[in-house]
Amino acid sequence: MTDTNANSSGGRVAPEARIETATLGQGLDTGAGASYSTTDTGAGASSSTTGALDALDTLEAEAIHVIREVVAEFERPVLLFSGGKDSVVVLHLATKAFWPAKVPFPVLHVDTGHNFPEVLRFRDETVDRLGIRLEVASVQDYLDDGRLQERADGTRNPLQTQPLLDAIAAGRHDAVFGGARRDEDKARAKERIISLRDEFGQWDPRNQRPELWSLYNGRHTVGQHVRAFPISNWTELDVWRYIERERIALPPLYFAHERDVYARDGMWLAVSDVSPPRAGETVERRTVRYRTVGDLSCTGAVVSDAATVSDIVREVAASTLTERGATRADDRLSEAAMEDRKKDGYF
Amino acid sequence: MSEHTGGRVASASDHTGGRVASASDHTGGRVASASERIETTTTPDLGTRPAAPGATRSPEGSLFRFATAGSVDDGKSTLVGRLLHDSKAILADQLESVARTSAERGFGGEPGAIDFALLTDGLRAEREQGITIDVAYRYFSTGRRSFILADCPGHVQYTRNMVTGAATADAVVVLVDVRNGVLEQTRRHLAVVQLLRVPHVIVAVNKIDLVGYDRAAFEQVAADVAGLARDLGLPDAHVVPVSALAGDNIVERSANTPWYDGPSLLELLETLSTIDELETDLEALRLPVQLVIRPQGALSPELIDGRSGSEASVRAFGATRPPAADDFRDYRAFAGRIESGTVRVGDVVEVFPAGVTTTVTGIDRGPVAVEAASAPLSVSLRLADPVDAARGAVIAAAGSLPKPRRELEADVFQLDGRPLTPGSRVLVKHGTSTVQALVSDIRGRLDLDTLETEPTAALETNDIGLVRLKLAADLAVEPYAAHRRAGAFLVIHPHDGATLAAGIVTEGGPA
Repeated sequence: MTDTNANSSGGRVAPEARIETATLGQGLDTGAGASYSTTDTGAGASSSTTGALDALDTLEAEAIHVIREVVAEFERPVLLFSGGKDSVVVLHLATKAFWPAKVPFPVLHVDTGHNFPEVLRFRDETVDRLGIRLEVASVQDYLDDGRLQERADGTRNPLQTQPLLDAIAAGRHDAVFGGARRDEDKARAKERIISLRDEFGQWDPRNQRPELWSLYNGRHTVGQHVRAFPISNWTELDVWRYIERERIALPPLYFAHERDVYARDGMWLAVSDVSPPRAGETVERRTVRYRTVGDLSCTGAVVSDAATVSDIVREVAASTLTERGATRADDRLSEAAMEDRKKDGYF
Repeated sequence: MSEHTGGRVASASDHTGGRVASASDHTGGRVASASERIETTTTPDLGTRPAAPGATRSPEGSLFRFATAGSVDDGKSTLVGRLLHDSKAILADQLESVARTSAERGFGGEPGAIDFALLTDGLRAEREQGITIDVAYRYFSTGRRSFILADCPGHVQYTRNMVTGAATADAVVVLVDVRNGVLEQTRRHLAVVQLLRVPHVIVAVNKIDLVGYDRAAFEQVAADVAGLARDLGLPDAHVVPVSALAGDNIVERSANTPWYDGPSLLELLETLSTIDELETDLEALRLPVQLVIRPQGALSPELIDGRSGSEASVRAFGATRPPAADDFRDYRAFAGRIESGTVRVGDVVEVFPAGVTTTVTGIDRGPVAVEAASAPLSVSLRLADPVDAARGAVIAAAGSLPKPRRELEADVFQLDGRPLTPGSRVLVKHGTSTVQALVSDIRGRLDLDTLETEPTAALETNDIGLVRLKLAADLAVEPYAAHRRAGAFLVIHPHDGATLAAGIVTEGGPA
């Protein structure tokens, strides 16, 4: 460590990490990073990664490649960050992709006003820990000034699209990372890793660019942007195994806890200001956890004793229901519910 | 087409599931004894499927990518649905939804039969028309491996979809209806597979139940496939008699085909080698630089002032102490994915285009420093000398770099609706470089039926053509036959950004 310490001359802090992408021959450093140990002494990690790679290694490598390509080729990427496990995993992958620099893009949260409070706390702690900027698009603002109206069924999930598109335009974001996975839904199964959106944020599933090898074509014209899905090829179980392997922190509601819930449409909904039980619905205190994190008003809990990540890995491996089938009212509307929302610019 | 040394069909050597049926094997009339057979596949009770231990992904299992291709009505969607269903990749709510829709639409067959195609046709337009429009990706795993399945439609824009699905595939499963045998389209599919150098081909001879599990019918198709594989130069072709509808030889070996003693389709998929398993040890290091990481003052806050809660960032420094911000003041590393070969600390490497040679002093996988890493890992390399290597540079094993090219000759798969003509100004995206290019010559289009090249003025959608391109800047291209990832590129429209064509380098032009 002596070389680098000797060169230190005070705490200059630049606003953003320097991630060089475009130009050859910028100022060159000497003795770069050569001073510290190349021996990994951590428990459980392999110091040589030349043997047969397991599926998680391959998936991680692909995701980091995608994240770096987008950062290299786009001006103003942003990550859609809900505090849910998939976006948390993408953010974790980004920290690895740019280590030891900080993540070179902000995160964007579409705040429906129906969020779980513990997820909002987790969101704020995470951006603080990583020193990244948080942008918030508030559905409530749109309801307050009349640009959007509350739906009869009370769910705000479909209302997210307009604030999202406006926030993308306001931030002049030309690339928007998301944690969507192809195994979540049959419309998402047709999605590209780098997927073009037109000026209206629309997805045209019948006219997508072919995606070959690992050459991602993100060229776009003014007003268009791309959505980038680094964990497209991961399954729910991959995500949980990776969370276990990397010891990634998550909001507490993914783990078994006691909560006042009531049954509706075959799901357990939480009692809250925005999701009160209707007449005839009985509130019970049960030990539950959430498999997905969406709105209080449309995300169901599952009865579960899984209190640790390892418990959850076992539970997911043995589950006979998909995560969306088990927990999301918004996807039960019709066979093409997700396709219709995606075409309109939803994530 | 490149020269080849003759097709090897039915290599049994690289898997454990027993010998693969081929025409030559069957002429000997070997018949499996009853004791070698596995019981007939039965359709599980759809409503009460228990969680199968086999359905969970093995933590040690590797990732295997394969594509499926077939002609109209040869039962590909059914095969894919069957594979997913019998490997327990379809969960109860998905199955319930498909069963409900099958019943509503009056799907034929036995009462309670389900239309497996509904599982794979993800778009409304596909379900309404009963056709598959676009490549769909599916995921399943067994105790041995995790699979990514690219389901390629066979009839609409088949080349475009085949090329997309097969480009990264470790294997392609081509369906043939045993009653129709090898069709022109089968030949075209296999020609594309050969051009893209997919390591393994599995020809699933489907609907064997409809010919009464007739051995002679299967052997006729197997013989035709063997001949075709020889003509095309397919390195590793396997032929399996299956019934996607009834489940014969999909997951388990079927008692209905006692004359077939080879592995089931899934056994093959579990045991064939991946591209990286086959090639990593043979190929020289190539790492296209995606970007250079120079944190300077913008370190991750986790590394500043001992705030690090991350054990991982401690690991990089050994057990001596947590890292301090000053440790990274001069950190500079070249981030990219290893496209081929292996890199080790201490290796001497050469940098394209600068041409300088230096030594690898560190390999970082995020906060973990490793001694060595292989394709396809994403890493950051620290180098001993202050070399000039930004995005577009390639770090390679010393002495292994090709001459920089300003001109190249390639087979291109025309994907866009607009024809590609001589004189077209385009962009070529290769590795982490995008350069301007000019289509200087279209030397012909490949007739997939005769495998001859015929003259043409332009390449239309789904054509495969031989073209020459002039490049505005040097690229580290190599023949695809020698280096698949360094030999692949995209042709992009310079104004609207559409992907016009995908190319594979046949040879470099004059340097």
